[in-house]
Amino acid sequence: MSNCKAMNDMKLFYSDLKKFFPLLLNLSAKDIKIKYRRSVLGILWSIFNPLLTMLVLTQVFSMLLKVQVENFATYYILGSSLWNFFSEATTLSMMSIISSSALIKKVYVPKYIFPLEKCLFALINFAFSMVAVVVVMLFQGTKLTATLLLFPIPVLYCFVFCIGFSLILSALTVYFRDIMHLYGILLTIWIYLTPIIYPEELIKHNSVIYSIVKCNPMYYFVKYFRDVMMYNALPTFSENLICIFISLFTLLLGAIIFNKAEKKFILHI
Amino acid sequence: MDKNNNAVELRNVEMHFNMNKEKLYSLKEYFIKFMKRELRFERFIALQDISFDIKKGDVFGILGLNGSGKSTTLKLISGILSPTKGQIKTYGTIAPLIELGAGFDMDLTARENIYLNGSVLGYSKRYMDERFDDIVEFSEMQDFLDTPMKNYSSGMVARVGFAIATMTTPDILIVDEILSVGDFHFQQKCEERINKMIDGGTTVIIVSHSIDQIERLCKNCVWLENGKIKMIGDAKEVCDAYKKS
Repeated sequence: MSNCKAMNDMKLFYSDLKKFFPLLLNLSAKDIKIKYRRSVLGILWSIFNPLLTMLVLTQVFSMLLKVQVENFATYYILGSSLWNFFSEATTLSMMSIISSSALIKKVYVPKYIFPLEKCLFALINFAFSMVAVVVVMLFQGTKLTATLLLFPIPVLYCFVFCIGFSLILSALTVYFRDIMHLYGILLTIWIYLTPIIYPEELIKHNSVIYSIVKCNPMYYFVKYFRDVMMYNALPTFSENLICIFISLFTLLLGAIIFNKAEKKFILHI
Repeated sequence: MDKNNNAVELRNVEMHFNMNKEKLYSLKEYFIKFMKRELRFERFIALQDISFDIKKGDVFGILGLNGSGKSTTLKLISGILSPTKGQIKTYGTIAPLIELGAGFDMDLTARENIYLNGSVLGYSKRYMDERFDDIVEFSEMQDFLDTPMKNYSSGMVARVGFAIATMTTPDILIVDEILSVGDFHFQQKCEERINKMIDGGTTVIIVSHSIDQIERLCKNCVWLENGKIKMIGDAKEVCDAYKKS
């Protein structure tokens, strides 16, 4: 009996996804249009923004920290672009259900479309910021190697992780609006627990902090991303396994929580 | 394939809403109340033991005062809400007209919104391309296609919404008080289109406060009072009884 119900759920999920896939694309396209409408440089801002931030931060941190990282600009922009992808996707997703309340109250739309759409939107922005990454790499003369071609793998891992995390976040935010305010602080802590503006060596001597960092999913994605992009290193089998496990586990958890919560969304938005 | 000729079946449907005394949106409040065991919910029964069938091709009206459960019934039928108890079955595609233009983004132009709204209803881009001209013609918005919709009047928004929602011939059309928007000319146009659908065999479910409209359009009708069925049957009889009360 319960097996039959699960089958039906799966069937419904599949037919919904097929039917509403155009909506997913349209909503993402809408977000992009609105984001850049009436700005003179338009979509070029997606490229300039990370470049300018990189310029400011590399200047500040190479003065302040006296960090010795080879090709620091490349090192930084690789980490920060992946981080920005994650932070944008989850922050936007968090609000996505609440801000689509007008729609949810009036038409039947599968609700996971909304966080999913925000993740897709963030992924598209990330793709544009990759142009900035390439510019910095060429400018700094980072050696371009064959492992570069593997870059979609860490992005995919991170994307799946983003979807899972967004599902959890968006569902919980409907019930507890405090999360909106808390999440900004969490992100600030989180970014400092990810080696983005500082090299990993800096924290290796502090075993407590280092072990916390090792529990941070973003650490693995960022490391993977840098390994293939600038270090010409092939991530090991176990590194892949860790990434796959983190992302799929988060996705599964997200799907379960979201599925449980979504039936009552309408009463709370 | 269709064993019966019902479009919608409701069986012992009940809908409860938990209305907390105050809305607790913060985690802290929630925990404090939870610890103090002060988490009180007031159960509000919006619908109770509702069972009726709507035949295919019927024009079915739902009457009742404010708060009698009309909109809840419509939302249940269109699948936006799921019932606390009981079963609801619908056969065929449903086009909900519940508040026109629900999916519009006011920063976008009408052209963009038509495609967006089409996909909200689950139609592909190619499908929308074919019907785009029809929609524009019906809504009479040729001159304002590339104006952001925030500059539209509410009547104009409703026109575009109606044109999109009725561009196809759905099996079931749900109409919630929408015939009251727009000017006289457009209202007539809407009724004409609905009549054409009825002739084409579409099942139409109408909620309205205007008894005249229900009497004019509907064949059958249900009268809800405080979430229960007060009377069901021929539209004329129900309307007469409703007027007397």
